[in-house]
Amino acid sequence: MIEINEGAADNGQFLCVCAKEGLIVTTSVAAKSVRPGEMGLGVVLLALAFIWIYIFSKAYTGAYEFHAALFVLASLTGAAGIVWRYDRREADTPLTIDGRPNYNMGPVKFLSLASLFWGFAGMTVGLIIACELAFPWLNFDTAYINFGRLRPLHTSAVIFAFGGNVLIATSFYVVQRTSRARLAGDLAPWFVALGYNFFIVVAGTGYLLGITRSHEYAEPEWYAIAFLVVVWVTYLLVFLGTLARRVEPHIYVANWFYLAFIVTIAVLVLGNNTEMPVSIFSSKSYPLWSGVQDAMIQWWYGHNAVGFFLTAGFLAIMYYFVPKRAERPIYSYRLSIIHFWALIFLYIWAGPHHLHYTALPDWAQTLGMTFSIMLWMPSWGGMINGLMTLSGAWDKLRTDPVLRMLVVSIAFYGMATFEGPLMSVKEVNSLSHYTDWNIGHVHSGALGWVAFVSFGALYCLIPWVFNRKLYSNLLVDWHFWIATIGIVFYISAMWVAGIMQGLMWRAYTPEGYLEYSFIETTQAMHPMYVIRALGGAMFLAGLLIMIFNIYKTLASPAIAVAPEASAQLAPAE
Amino acid sequence: MADDSHPHIDAHTGKTTTGHEWDGIRELNTPLPRWWLWTFYACILWSFGYWIVYPAWPLINGATPGLFGWHSRAAVVEDIKGLETLRGPADAKLEKASLEDIEKTPELLTIARSQGSALFGNNCAPCHGAGGGGSKGYPNLNSDRWLWGGTLAQIQTTITHGARWDADPATHTSLMPSFGKDGILKAAEIRATANFVRSLSGLPTEKDADLALGKKTFADNCAACHGDEGKGNKEMGAPNLTTKVWLYGNSLDDITQRIVVGGGGQMPAWGAKLSGEQIKALTVFVHTLGGGQ
Repeated sequence: MIEINEGAADNGQFLCVCAKEGLIVTTSVAAKSVRPGEMGLGVVLLALAFIWIYIFSKAYTGAYEFHAALFVLASLTGAAGIVWRYDRREADTPLTIDGRPNYNMGPVKFLSLASLFWGFAGMTVGLIIACELAFPWLNFDTAYINFGRLRPLHTSAVIFAFGGNVLIATSFYVVQRTSRARLAGDLAPWFVALGYNFFIVVAGTGYLLGITRSHEYAEPEWYAIAFLVVVWVTYLLVFLGTLARRVEPHIYVANWFYLAFIVTIAVLVLGNNTEMPVSIFSSKSYPLWSGVQDAMIQWWYGHNAVGFFLTAGFLAIMYYFVPKRAERPIYSYRLSIIHFWALIFLYIWAGPHHLHYTALPDWAQTLGMTFSIMLWMPSWGGMINGLMTLSGAWDKLRTDPVLRMLVVSIAFYGMATFEGPLMSVKEVNSLSHYTDWNIGHVHSGALGWVAFVSFGALYCLIPWVFNRKLYSNLLVDWHFWIATIGIVFYISAMWVAGIMQGLMWRAYTPEGYLEYSFIETTQAMHPMYVIRALGGAMFLAGLLIMIFNIYKTLASPAIAVAPEASAQLAPAE
Repeated sequence: MADDSHPHIDAHTGKTTTGHEWDGIRELNTPLPRWWLWTFYACILWSFGYWIVYPAWPLINGATPGLFGWHSRAAVVEDIKGLETLRGPADAKLEKASLEDIEKTPELLTIARSQGSALFGNNCAPCHGAGGGGSKGYPNLNSDRWLWGGTLAQIQTTITHGARWDADPATHTSLMPSFGKDGILKAAEIRATANFVRSLSGLPTEKDADLALGKKTFADNCAACHGDEGKGNKEMGAPNLTTKVWLYGNSLDDITQRIVVGGGGQMPAWGAKLSGEQIKALTVFVHTLGGGQ
């Protein structure tokens, strides 16, 4: 699927120089021919369409029929898209133009805008379920929108759809810029971008229709995962292919983190999805593991999804966008090496801390806990390198709200990666486990770290790739403050709710009986649930401001030549 | 762009960089922060200590047991033993005492209410509400209106055997007929009876209501259980229809629906799940909720 156009620039080309803008336009005189990749992917997509038509005709359930129809539609659209693109493309795509890399920013543009769409969708669903928890009648007794179906839709939409699109978008951008090389592959980057988003649509609609593996953060069924694996391996190959054609002698630290994220997620998804479908005509599958083994594999997956998707991946974003925006060198190269390898080595062991005081053997619980403690400093290495990079540029926080967002995200990262090891200690965990403290912890990481570093990166990236000036810094300021106050409402409400819940669960009367019934703990948390929903609404309001700001940015006239044609375009304002 | 022979010096810090540059980004040659390094070492050292003290590393058979042989299941057993030591003597006292004595003796009452409250929260609250306030179709246990009687002995019987619970032969069994569904009464009679029932507690009736027909239908069909004056019968679990307490609501539609459908709520026989001593504690707890007789 990946076609590398080595030597494309040697084909007959001539250059035309536009005097007015100094713009260099490349035109090719070589005859256009169908590339092997176009032919190959076209045939694969048509074959896929036929397979899914067959499955559609024999599917066991209506929901699966719907997904079969989606696959047929997507495959045919993909095939048509290849023809459409063939008509419009040049005969050759040069790797360099006038000695400068001919960057491929099309997929980056698509992915960065898709991330805003999914961010809006995922956070809106989050607000809906926060309201349902505070006021349960809000599900209107409708199966499709009850908490059980919307909750995985929320988590998947914000983590994998919003976060995933940000990660792929920034990785495609960063790997090109820091390698000074065009993205590897011809159709492959588009296959990754569109295929990943199609996977999200299949997964998300499945939850609403009741198709789920019932494994937290790993709900998509076997056929969605099989498709994702193809997309993800293509992603890995595109990334490696780009690194392989780099001009720089060394690989930049951000790319280590991206690579760790891509490779480990592939391993985790394969490990946690060892399952057997009932039939190819059924959406249902059964996992190979059962009981506590299944739980252990699930949390090995689950915790490292946090470690390699939400930590390593977003640290990669931090390592490019913070020094770029602050225009300062990274604080310590040595720290980046040590904390990278320590993080990679230690994180993979920490999963069992999700299963304290369960049927999991004590030794595994001990290892999960101690490795979490040892993980504290390696996690903070990223925080130190991020914050200290600002040294010499702290004054910019006053004037640049985007940089402020990035810096606050690092602060939340530091807080969440201290709280995590703390909660993994068995004594603390006996209070915090199963309570809303977890929800507070997750959201201080998800809203404060992942979403803020993503917003910061997108505020940089979108104007850069579209050659626009950001419409309004004032609106970024509003976004920053509303969202920050929203986070504070959210996480402090959940801390109070969680600790209160934990204390109520374990409260005994002097006579030795439990003091509170479960329903009493639920009633006690109601005010906190209302405050949480308010915090979530503020965070969503911030995102709406951002979407408006980005819309106005894109609607404004371009300020410079297209980045595809201009390799050395200075992105910083 | 690398130029290792002439290391680049950062103007602000005066430190050298690694000499590399990616898309304008350089890296300083700063050594590892000492506090970071020593804290990292301390965490590792602490982990080694923890591994020695607690079960930690898997072996071919089992795992390293730790210095003191600590085991989470042993810890749970110990905790449960502690609770049993605390509860045992108190439970024995409740076991021996009569329901009336438990309620009269402050020490026993405290124990019974503490245990009863926990039992109520786990077993009864899902239907009767956390405070025993009930809801539509689920009796309120705080008021002094009782379907099957509100004395200690009656409450104990109801908890033990349940209501309309087929698995228990001693369960409360009586059932209101489905007057409408089974065609016993005509629509006009049902409407009239529903209006008449409302008039029993002074609720307004429809303008064109045939109260005379309602009264006659009531006397012929309902009075056998609910009594001539509608004051109910606890032997039959037939509710008093003259008070302000309504199990299924007092709107004309609610009452009409009950006459049409009939039946009655179900309650499990808790004697099959709870011990006699637990049922005693629960009985006292329910009796002292505010409606005990």
